[in-house]
Amino acid sequence: MCAKQVTKKPNEPVGTTGHEWDGIEELNNPMPRWWVWTFYATIIWGVGYMIAYPAWPLINGATPGVLGASTRADVVKEIERFDAANAEIKAALIAAPLASIPTDTALMAYAEPAGASVFRTNCSTCHGSGAAGVEGKGYPNLLDDDWLWGGTIEDIHLTITHGIRNTTDPDARYSQMPAFGVDAVLEPAQIDAVVEHVLAISGQEHDATLTTEGATLYAENCAACHMEAGEGDPTQGAPRLNDAIWLYGGSREKIKESIANARFGVMPGWTGRLSEDEIRAVAAYVHSRGGGQ
Amino acid sequence: MWDYTKLVVLGVIAVFAAIATNYAWDLAYQVNALVVMLAAALTFLWTLRTMGEPKRATPNEYLDGVVRAGVIATTFWGVVGFLVGVWIAFQLAFPALNFEWSQGILNFGRLRPLHTSAVIFAFGGNALIMSSFYIVQRTSAARLWGGNLAWFVFWGWQLMIVLAATSYVLGGTQSKEYAETVWYIDWWIVVVWLSFLAVFMGTLINRKEPHIYVANWFLLAFIVTIAMLHVGNNLAIPVSIFSSQSVQVTAGVQDAMIQWWYGHNAVGFFLTAGFLGMMYYFIPKQAERPVFSYKLSIIHFWALIFLYIWAGPHHLHYTALPDWASTLGMTFSIMLWMPSWGGMINGLMTLSGAWDKLRTDPIIRMMVVSVGFYGMSTFEGPMMSIKAVNSLSHYTDWTIGHVHSGALGWNGMITFGALYFLTPRLWNREGLYSLKLVSWHFWLATIGIVLYASSMWVTGIMEGLMWREVDANGFLVNAFADTVAAKFPMYVVRGLGGGMFLIGALIMAYNLWMTVRAQPAKAPVNANNFVPAE
Repeated sequence: MCAKQVTKKPNEPVGTTGHEWDGIEELNNPMPRWWVWTFYATIIWGVGYMIAYPAWPLINGATPGVLGASTRADVVKEIERFDAANAEIKAALIAAPLASIPTDTALMAYAEPAGASVFRTNCSTCHGSGAAGVEGKGYPNLLDDDWLWGGTIEDIHLTITHGIRNTTDPDARYSQMPAFGVDAVLEPAQIDAVVEHVLAISGQEHDATLTTEGATLYAENCAACHMEAGEGDPTQGAPRLNDAIWLYGGSREKIKESIANARFGVMPGWTGRLSEDEIRAVAAYVHSRGGGQ
Repeated sequence: MWDYTKLVVLGVIAVFAAIATNYAWDLAYQVNALVVMLAAALTFLWTLRTMGEPKRATPNEYLDGVVRAGVIATTFWGVVGFLVGVWIAFQLAFPALNFEWSQGILNFGRLRPLHTSAVIFAFGGNALIMSSFYIVQRTSAARLWGGNLAWFVFWGWQLMIVLAATSYVLGGTQSKEYAETVWYIDWWIVVVWLSFLAVFMGTLINRKEPHIYVANWFLLAFIVTIAMLHVGNNLAIPVSIFSSQSVQVTAGVQDAMIQWWYGHNAVGFFLTAGFLGMMYYFIPKQAERPVFSYKLSIIHFWALIFLYIWAGPHHLHYTALPDWASTLGMTFSIMLWMPSWGGMINGLMTLSGAWDKLRTDPIIRMMVVSVGFYGMSTFEGPMMSIKAVNSLSHYTDWTIGHVHSGALGWNGMITFGALYFLTPRLWNREGLYSLKLVSWHFWLATIGIVLYASSMWVTGIMEGLMWREVDANGFLVNAFADTVAAKFPMYVVRGLGGGMFLIGALIMAYNLWMTVRAQPAKAPVNANNFVPAE
């Protein structure tokens, strides 16, 4: 019918409405039949849908629809289905000693994808979706074997549960580096010397004339936490300095910035936001990424 | 006497704006108050200087100066809005373009509402106001009612745009999509909009034609409904008269529902009904053909007006919104499909018998493509409102693609067509400067839209599928950042499509400029005198 309308010459058989505005006239063509019937069909479908599903608001609630459909009930059912399917393995994950999880293939078959999902939703914002952290911005890479607070599954579990330097949880591990420049603990020239020493122990190009003074200052001010050779101390979250892995960058400027202003990286605790089985799953996932001890 | 009243009012406004600048709680408010002070002071000076001049009595001529100003404003804001759009498209593809030094002013979050408001309300709004003024005069054979009130509407609207733009980049927002303007700008919009309604209604009442032409039905419906939606959605209590912040009267899901009742009908009445009014005038004029079916125009008009207002809840499927509201939003959206298509049929079929003009007239080609995109997006819209489709498409780039095929394709192209139609007539010139440049504009814009829409379909569907992908234990497979990384190539394509659209608009601006500057004037045959038709 549509095609018939197209080929019809305007003006001839149907005529106009007889009015004219600024030279515009209107033809008396009927509405295309396919248009009318499709319109009716959508109305019939719409009314049918309103009968089948919750639709019209009444004084208390709305018409429920003959199918009794409810999106909220659907979600609850869906969640219950997965919860029931995973209940047994979750209980096993919570009951198992932490140290045994990484070698338990049955538990890991669940914990790895579950932990990965928890990680992508909650941790990737800082640590990156691939867990590689953000280099130079203070978000640690979790794929290497350089651990600030220890890389055993117990350590990782503790970190996730309570956070780091998280003042809302007294069980969170806490440490603070002095701001040697801002608080005037060292003179600017002394800081420069320490920087050269740190460059030296991390195997980078350095100014050898300053390293003697730098080494002395390092031994007096830094070695207590970062250790004599810069090997770091995971019990107090002191980063290792004698490797090529840097949390806030390892260039001369960045090291100087770190010594002068100090750093204070914070991680929130996840108790309450994640359930114990989720914390264990994500700990196992992070531990399995390649650097777990 | 009237002039003295104006001077007093403007002086008082300027003084109060100066006081408000001093006591401002926040920077956005302060800058806005400063803008208001300057605007009032400049208008004061202008009124003072033109006071003694004799008024030109031209009651028998159409008031076209304001339409000419509207053509210029539409073109200008169009280019600005598209430019910001292209820029933020590339900001999404290359986040480094959110420069550190411009954080809090020119980053994506601040520029996005600037883009949407610039294209919808500055470009689209000026296009609608100026074509309403043109169409209602021609089809009523009457001069615009209210003397200089039309000029107040024009300048008031420009002031609103400047206030909104300066406020957005400085953080003034009420965080409602497409209604970001803060409370005092909302009040100003009410004043300007009611003046617009008065000018339009007054002219219709003064008409010398026995009947009201269909374009005017749509334009009137657009003006009245937007007034209602705007007031309803912006009911808020200011924190202080010296602050840009306010608190919404409704909260939670009620507020969300009112927001999308507004948001969807901003699309329905601003971008659909209003532009259908333009379509119903410019297509028959450019094609020199009668409108295809009077009956269809009545039925689809009333069906569209009645059904559109219900469709808002489809923006809130699977949220805190109750199921019943979701059902109504979805069913009314489906029923809206044919009423929307009525406009497409009437537009396209008006060309039957004049199809050969598609080959020779690039302006007609633009209008036809516009109506084509209108048909496509008014099919896509009801489809996306179906809950099962929406669960995939919602929050993805598919929505962005849908909006842009409508906005660039339908609103953009019909406006370009109208601008090409109007410029030679309003400046009394012998045709356009170059039809070849119109052709260039047409192809750049069309290919740009196709690149834009298809890249957004691809990323939208991909992103929707990635978000919902779960493994055997019911755990999500992808991180959000994975979907962002996967979208990169399509973001570049989208930016390029937008860039082509922008270049097309620049070509148009040049072409219109040269039409006014370089084309020979038509012989003056009282072109602006109106002669009532039979």
